[in-house]
Parts: sequence; structure tokens; C-alpha cells
Amino acid sequence: MDLRNDPAFLRGMTHSRRDALRLAGLAAAGLTLGACGVQGKKAAPPEKDAVADYWASKKQNGALRFANWPLYIDKDGKDYPSLERFTKDTGIAVTYQEPIQDNSTWFGKIQPLLAANQDIGHDLMVMTNGIQLSRALALGYLVPLDHAKLPNFAANAAEKVKNPVWDANNAHTIPWTVGVTGVAYNPEYVDGDITSLQELWNPKYKGKIGMMLDTQEVANFAMFLLGIDPDRSGRSDWEKAAAKLREQRDAGLVRKYYENDYVDALVRGDVWITMAWSGDIFQQVAEGKNLKFVVPDEGGTIWTDNMCIPKGARNPVDALTLMDYVYRPEIASMLVEYINYITPVPATRDLVVAHAAKAKKAEDRKFLEGVAESPLIYPSEADQARLRSYKTLSSAEEKFFEDLFQPITQG
Amino acid sequence: MRTGDRLLRIYVWLVLAWLFAPIIVMIVFGFNDTRSKSNVSWQGFTLAWWGRLDEFPLLTAAVLDSITIALLVTVIATVLGTLMGIALGRHRFRGQAATNLVMFAAISSPELVMGASLLSLFVSMGVETGYWTIVVAHVLFAVSFVAVTVRARVVGLDRSVEEAARDLGATPWVTFWRVTLPMILPGVVAGALLAFALSIDDFVITQFTSGSTTTFPLWIYGAVRIGVPPQVNILGTLIFAAGAAIAVVNSINARRRT
Amino acid sequence: MRRLTPYLLILPGGLWLAVFLVVPMVFMASVSTQEGDVVNGFAQTFAFSNYTDALARYQTQFLRSAGYGLAGTVLAVLLAYPVAYWIAFRGGARKSTYLLLVLLPFFVSFVLRTVSWKFLLADDGMLLGPLKSAGLLAADFHVLQTTTAVIGGLVYNYLPFMILPIYVSLERVDPSVVEAARDLYASRAGAFTRVVLPLSLPGIFAGVLMTFVPMTSDYVNAAILGGPANTMIGNIIQTEYLVNNDYPVGAALSFTLMAVMLAGIFAYARVLGTENVLEAAAR
Repeated sequence: MDLRNDPAFLRGMTHSRRDALRLAGLAAAGLTLGACGVQGKKAAPPEKDAVADYWASKKQNGALRFANWPLYIDKDGKDYPSLERFTKDTGIAVTYQEPIQDNSTWFGKIQPLLAANQDIGHDLMVMTNGIQLSRALALGYLVPLDHAKLPNFAANAAEKVKNPVWDANNAHTIPWTVGVTGVAYNPEYVDGDITSLQELWNPKYKGKIGMMLDTQEVANFAMFLLGIDPDRSGRSDWEKAAAKLREQRDAGLVRKYYENDYVDALVRGDVWITMAWSGDIFQQVAEGKNLKFVVPDEGGTIWTDNMCIPKGARNPVDALTLMDYVYRPEIASMLVEYINYITPVPATRDLVVAHAAKAKKAEDRKFLEGVAESPLIYPSEADQARLRSYKTLSSAEEKFFEDLFQPITQG
Repeated sequence: MRTGDRLLRIYVWLVLAWLFAPIIVMIVFGFNDTRSKSNVSWQGFTLAWWGRLDEFPLLTAAVLDSITIALLVTVIATVLGTLMGIALGRHRFRGQAATNLVMFAAISSPELVMGASLLSLFVSMGVETGYWTIVVAHVLFAVSFVAVTVRARVVGLDRSVEEAARDLGATPWVTFWRVTLPMILPGVVAGALLAFALSIDDFVITQFTSGSTTTFPLWIYGAVRIGVPPQVNILGTLIFAAGAAIAVVNSINARRRT
Repeated sequence: MRRLTPYLLILPGGLWLAVFLVVPMVFMASVSTQEGDVVNGFAQTFAFSNYTDALARYQTQFLRSAGYGLAGTVLAVLLAYPVAYWIAFRGGARKSTYLLLVLLPFFVSFVLRTVSWKFLLADDGMLLGPLKSAGLLAADFHVLQTTTAVIGGLVYNYLPFMILPIYVSLERVDPSVVEAARDLYASRAGAFTRVVLPLSLPGIFAGVLMTFVPMTSDYVNAAILGGPANTMIGNIIQTEYLVNNDYPVGAALSFTLMAVMLAGIFAYARVLGTENVLEAAAR
């Protein structure tokens, strides 16, 4: 609302502003005053016995503040069934929030706090492997995990998700879910079955193509198109990829560089073909939308969203307890049945099948059977062979990479 | 009526329709029986969302934060702004031009620049941004609006009433409370409403100074990326209705006075 | 004591303005010439190259913002004038009701209004959907993520700031003057261009001032309604400050933006020959 147009106010604006140049003078004086800098916030390097040192004095507090991405946990009305069970079983009350929309915005928000050794307001958060997570690890922003307190993870996690390249031995992170970036399209407007990434550069769909804002996502896709394996890529490859993306952008093919909102755009018909995350499309299809998702012939990206404890967390023990709790197959199956991404707990598949058999409504049974059979949730070996991770960047490479791709998606 | 006038009249109603179009959409989609996680196409009428207003704890908290911030800002800005308005409208003093200048700058400089400069200050001083930095920032832009509004009222005052009070032996303090303040009250109230309205709707400066605090507009902006739930439409409708009611009452009162 | 009174009254509010308006500007100026990053800290090196670098890199967005601001302002004048005119001269006893109608939509939060437009303008949405199924528009026609959508959003969101000042200036025009003018110039058009329009110019000038500045520095409309080719300087500043935590670049851009605006406002006031444009409008 706006009352700046209140006549009382307009009348009030009668005399002010004489020689406003004075203000400019003041500002200029600022430069001479400005010898002070913004303070450095570098964290101390982690010590050797970090795990033992960190956890020695920590106690369970009975409270946990969990920061996650939107729609990324099972929900029933305003209740979160899995978290309620957690509270019942452990006595830890969870404050569940969904403040994370994309990694770079989220990291931009918490980095000043972490750098200053402050509490970010959350004890547990979920971040995708990628530039920001690597940065957080390199800067010592994440608490080292005490694996002695993660028996369910050790017993039930798929071998594939253990010991990832970005975090050796899961020292600081364990997966929440795994997902695939592929191509989604609306068959109503797109002719035939799409199998190639080339279609994202097809002038036929000018202004109807969605790309992602995340630099690593778009870079990977451009590299797939050029036949470059991201794992083995270097600066010259990235330059070629950037040129390809710039060409696509400058030709007006790209409608917008999306974050989570690409789903809405696809459903509303704003885009016809778009880069997409597997679970989102699975959900939309389950709700009856006529959409398709493919892992392109040239390749798709596999990524992991990881649970981690930020430095300065007030309730780290409670956070660690939840991290292990969600690796109980029963809990993991509750999550996968709602989230519809790839679960790090393979044992859930049998549970989902069992839940389907028990389901009372035919509608629910069909949905759960769909979950158990979906290649998007339990991908085949052949599909997995085509999937690549993001390139793990050194900090020197990172600057080059970001300066190259950021102007494309954010400019 | 002549054709020209008639065309003009149609034109005005068209502009009004344009102005109201998104508002009507907002209100109507608060009643949409959508099952999807986003609220984009009409699925049928329901009142269900009204009973599920508090389904998003973070949204509820954001609305409450917005309201308490706006109230705090209103109180602080109204007190400070009223004092300034009285000084500027009543007295001649050195530094008056400079004060006016700074107030003008506060009113007319781009919000973006104000937000950016405040954040520059906060990061330089190592101040953690959050609830209180929002309050500080909102008072900053609201105080000038209050001062200007009050000043207008003060300038139009008949000073003889106060002089009479003083002649009758009232102390300056009593004169202020019993005579001056009641006379400038309409200006103070208008200024206070303005401060509240500016604060509760502010987005740009808030985004720069909010840290991890979320206000209602910030929550909506974040929700745009994942789909805005019908609850937002309803809360928007409620705030709209409250503001509209105040404006209507205000305008009826104003008409009665004149 | 009496001589101290105004200073005591001014002190609390004035201090607030000084500490949180003037001082931050000083700090922003300082930050804009620092170098470093958020982890290692920023050190004052008087790196004025921050300005040249930032301007070289983002001149497109600067020019685009100025263009959008200009286009939006002109459109706002054209749209607002007839409305203000009609309310002032034909509104009769219901003038204040019409004014209230103009203002009512703006009791909905700025962000929410813009989001509503996004729904309305969706490619298969309420407006375009029916036209497309009727075959009146091509299937790939769209408004969202175009320049039209962004400028439309800007005009929409700031229109009342144009209508109100123009209305205020028109309302002060004495109807008998208009009548006299009509007798003098015989035609309605002549009476309008030679008498009414000049008398309402201060309102237009004030409206321009009150819309151009916020339109040019806006980033919400471009973020919600725009696409990759619509990024404005505000979006860049917001990203540099809040996402990249690259405060010096953000500060250099903000400072440049403010300087350009201030220069513009002064040049504008000088050309008009009015000491105070707003003063003229409100009198």
C-alpha cells in the first residue's frame, strides 16, 4: 500500500531542497575518510583431531533448526510425518524451515555470518555438491561428522553415495537425496520424442526454452552438447561451452534462466522445453500433467543434495541424530514417497512396494507402484552410465569458471 | 454529454480496470481449489484455504514480523518525525536548510541506493543484519515522510490559540499537550499511517538489511520461485481490505470535516 | 532556552538521518574503492578502477535501465494525464471517490501486485490463453520475459505517483480561467494547449521526478516479469551485494547510479527554472 500520495503529504513537500550539492560534497568527503576496510572473515584452518575436539563437549539439546529447500520433505497438511516420528522417538523438537531456493543465493546469505563465526539460525542445512559447497568445505564452514553416531548411514546408504569426490569419506556431508538434471518438455507443443540436447538449441522453440540459472548446470549441458566430459574438462572447453550458451542466449532462444520456478513456467506453458530436475517432473506427472522427462543421449547431470552442519550451530548433536535417523529404511521410504527423487537408501524400494500393496485407495496404490518402478527414482544401470557429475573446481579454476558463466545467466 | 467527454470517461474506467485487474486476480485465486503445489490455473471454488492460513509457519512468522516491525517503526518515526515537523514548521534556525536537504534526500533517493549504502555500513562495522537493522532502515525513510506531513499541518496553524493559552498561565509543557498537539493531531495521524504503510510494504531496503529475517514481501518474493500458495493471496487480501477500510474511513471523515 | 528548542526538537530525528543516511553514503563511497573478497576481507586501496571496470562490464544494463525509466515515465505521463484531467474537471462531487479508486490497488503489496501480473500474463493464462485458442495469436506469442512486460510493470506500479501530482496541479486551475480561455481561443484544443496544459506543467514535472528515479533503479519488475535480455542495473547491484557478496562492485555501481540520478535531477530542475519542482506541484 502506498500513502505517499496522501494530499497531506504532498502539501507537506512544499519547502525543502535548496542547495542539494552539499550532499554530493559530503559524499566526496567520504572517500577521504574511507581508509577503513571491511574486516576479513577468514576462518581458522581445521585442526587435526577436529572430530573428537568438536564433539567432546557437545550435548543433545532437544531442539533442532533444519533449513531445507521448498517441498523437499514429506508433508501432510501442515504436519511433517517423518519429523513428527523423529520427535516422538528422540524427544528432539524440530523447527523446519524452507529458506533455500538456490545454492548461490543461499550461500550469499549465510557466508557473511559463517565468516564472522556467527550462528546462521539453523543447525542443519541441505546444499548441492558444487561450487558453493566446495567453498564452504574449503573455508572450514562445516562441522566434521562423527561417524560413530551415524550407524544407519553406514548400514543402509548405497555404496554409490559413499565417499564422494567432493567430500572424501563423507567427512562433512551425507546425502539427503540424489537427483538428475535432464530435459523436460510438454508433448502438446513439442513434436515427437525428444532424445537430444540439440533441441534446447532448436530455433523452432525460440523464446520457449528454459535454462537454469546455476552456472554448473548450464555449463554441463553445453559441454554434453559439445561432446566434452565435464570431469575431464579444462579452461578451453569451458570457453567453448560458454560460447555455445551465449549463442543460444543472444539468438533469443532462452526464455529465462530459472531456479525452482521453471516448474511453474513449464506447467503454465511459458516454456515448452526446459532443463529440469527429475523429481519435480515426476511429481507433476503424478498430479496428472502431460509432461515428459528424458536423460538426453549426450548425457545428463547427476547431483547430490547433502545434509551438513554449519559451524556455529547451536544444536549439532540433535542435527547429527536426524542425519542418521533419515537413513532408517522406514523413514527413508516416507521421504522418497513424497520427494520423488533418487533415495540414497536402496532398501526403500521393497518398502514402497509393500506400502503400495497395503494402500487403501486405488489412486494411492497406483502412485506408489509408480514410485517403485520409476527409472527417475530407481535409475537403471544404463541410465546411470550416461550421467556425469559437476566438475570439481579448484579455487583458481572457480573464479575463471564463474567469471565466464555468471554473466551469461545473471547478466 | 459530448463525445469527447464520453470517450474520456470510458478511458478512465479502462485505466481503472487495468489498475484493478491484478488485485482481482489476487483475491479470486485465494478461493481457488488448487491441488497442485502452485496456484496458477482455476480449479473451482473453495473456502478451504481460509481455514489453513497458518499452514506455513515461516509465512505466519513473516507476516507477524512485518506487522511488529511496522508498529515499532510507526511509533519511533512518528515521535521523531513529529518533533522535527514542529521544529521545521514553527522555528527559524541555523541548519534548517541542511535538515530540509537531508530529508529531501531521504525521500527522493532511490531505495536501492539507500539499501546498498546501509548494507555497506553494516558490513563495514560488522553489524549482523536482521530484525533490528530492518527497523532502523524503515525508520530512516519513514521519519522524513512524517516530518513533512506534520510540518504542513504546523505551518497552517493559528498561533493565537497557543498564545492565548500561555496568556492564561499555561506552562509551555501544558500548552503543548493540551493545545498544540490536539491541533496538529490530524497531521500526526496521517504521518503515522504513512509510516506504517511504507514499512509494511517495503521490499527493496528490507531485502538489503534483512539478513536471515523474513518479512511478508520477502517471503512472497522467495515463493515466486516455487509457486505462491493461496494463503499468500488471502493474507494479501486481508491486508488490502484493512488498508482500504482505513483509507475509505479516512476519506469519509475528511469529507465530513470540509 | 527558547533558542535551543528547535535544536532539541530536531536532534533525535536529525541524528537518525545523519547516522543512517549520510554516514552510510560515506561508507558506501569508501567500500566502492576497496579490494578483496568476503572471506579475506576488503582493504581500502583507493581502487578507482572498480568504477571503470564495473561501468565497462555493465554499461548495457545502465543504458537499458535509463531507457526503461525514460520510456516508462513518458508512458506514465500519457496514461495519467487524461485520468487526472477527467477527475479534476469532470469528477464533480465524486472527485475524492475517484481518487480513492485510483489509489486502492496500491494497498496491495508491491511484490504481490507484480506477481499477480505474472499470473495474468502467463503464456496460456487468463489473458493470452483464450486469444490463442481462438486462433488470434500465434502459439508461441508471449508477453512475459519481454521488454513490454517489464516496462508495463514499471508503469503499472508507479502510475499513481504520476496521476496524483498532475491531479493536484489541475485541481488548482480555476474553471473560470478555462472558460475565459475558451472564449479567447474559440477552440477547446486551443484552450487546452495554451492555458490548461501550461498550468499543469508543474504537476507533470513533479510526477516525472517521482516516477523516473524509482523506475530506473527498480529491479523487482525485471526479476519477476523480465527475461535474460531485460536485466536492469538494479538486478546487478542486488546480485553483487546479496548473492556474490562483492560489495565494492555493488557499491561502485550504486554510487554511479546515484550520481547520475542527482546530476539528472539538478539538470532537470535547472532547465525548468524552478527552484523546487515539488514545491511548485504542491502549492
